[in-house]
Amino acid sequence: MKYLSKDVSLRLDVDRCTGCKMCTVVCPHGVFAVENQKARILDRDACMECGACALNCPVAAIAVNSGVGCAEAIINGLLTGQETCCGGDTCCCAPKAS
Amino acid sequence: MNNALQANTCSQPDPGAVSVASGGYLGHTDSAWTLADHLGAIGVRLSIGRMLYRVTPGLYTLGTPGPDAPVLVTANYKLSFDQLRRALAGINAWILVLDTKGINVWCAAGKGTFGTDELVGKINECRLHERVTHRRLILPQLGAPGVAAHEVRKQTGFAVVYGPVYAADITAFLQADLQATPAMRRICFSWHERLAVAPLELVLYFKQLLLLGLALALLSCVPIAGHFWSAFEHRGILVFLLFVLTGALASLLGPLLLPWLPTRAFSIKGACLGVALAVLGLWLVGPAWSVLRTAAWILLLAAGASHLLLKFTGSTTFTSPSGVRREVRVALPVQIAMGLVGLTAWTAAGFLPTW
Ligand code: SF4
Ligand code: SF4
Repeated sequence: MKYLSKDVSLRLDVDRCTGCKMCTVVCPHGVFAVENQKARILDRDACMECGACALNCPVAAIAVNSGVGCAEAIINGLLTGQETCCGGDTCCCAPKAS
Repeated sequence: MNNALQANTCSQPDPGAVSVASGGYLGHTDSAWTLADHLGAIGVRLSIGRMLYRVTPGLYTLGTPGPDAPVLVTANYKLSFDQLRRALAGINAWILVLDTKGINVWCAAGKGTFGTDELVGKINECRLHERVTHRRLILPQLGAPGVAAHEVRKQTGFAVVYGPVYAADITAFLQADLQATPAMRRICFSWHERLAVAPLELVLYFKQLLLLGLALALLSCVPIAGHFWSAFEHRGILVFLLFVLTGALASLLGPLLLPWLPTRAFSIKGACLGVALAVLGLWLVGPAWSVLRTAAWILLLAAGASHLLLKFTGSTTFTSPSGVRREVRVALPVQIAMGLVGLTAWTAAGFLPTW
């Protein structure tokens, strides 16, 4: 399944990329592919801005405005100026996979 | 080591566990689920006592791991830990449990509690360098948004290997020399995952559903002419029951039918579902309502279901924050307007000659 994608914030600086393939390992939506020692964005639409690729790229070739894609957090953010996922210790996404 | 210790991995420190001098907690566990584990897994899905479902963070032995046994890292949300140890049946391994405040790997990684600093801290606290001779850690792939693998290596010498998304694939991953197939790397939002979150949605919103149903039932007695209770008995009870049933159905079917509801926008998916269920309910029950009341009912259920599914973005595994932000900006005002118009029309319908 895919979500609205017009404004996915993912950016890749191909010049910096060393082709280590870490981004293809961590991305749970198969957004990247590495060909000829360079990463390429295969499927931008599938990106959910989790930030795993940017954090794990050893040469900081990837940038993304990461966060939780949760309406409750964003509505809380509009109300209080701070995006918290349902507030406090628990999280609205708690029953998800492992 | 610690063979004599029984599996005791709940929130209380195991009295028989060896507490390491530097403060790291060491415990033993096994792969079998007890009845309490099974009941807990069901309870936690229905958000009964979810906040207490924790494991003491620290290092656990599973079976009899030697210095060359694999080290697997997980969160101290008990269900994460339980799924991992069950998947590792028959394997001798170390399980390093990070303190994620009882939150699962994925959410904790997003918040940064399943993170580089916590991992480095636990490695040192539990003196992992002395317990294993290799320098490799296996992390769930869904922990990657919180952990910078190259940083962990720089600070501790341990190489982070990201394992499969789902704990169930872990033995296949270990047997394949730590190679994950592309399928193991992908998160899916399959029907059985949606089935698992659907009841939670209902539990989460049931109170609001009852209150809204009651409000609509009371408003359906406006204007109060003659005996209030007879009016309430006459139609209020039907309104209440129909609303709660339709709403409950929407909260269950929304997650289940998600891929088949039209468009990619959750609010539109929800509105379509709301209209369909409202019409279906009215058709089945066939109350003699005026056109205005019928229209108000459909509008209110569309608004409610639309909001319900918009909130459901938080339980999915593919919605991006910038997309949700855009959808919230457009959909929320529309939902509020629909709700207000619907409530006004619902109340106004009472003043028509035909109820
Ligand atoms: S992780 Fe960074 S350096 Fe490695 S392949 Fe991806 S973009 Fe290139
Ligand atoms: S932000 Fe997450 S989903 Fe998007 S490309 Fe990076 S790893 Fe994949």
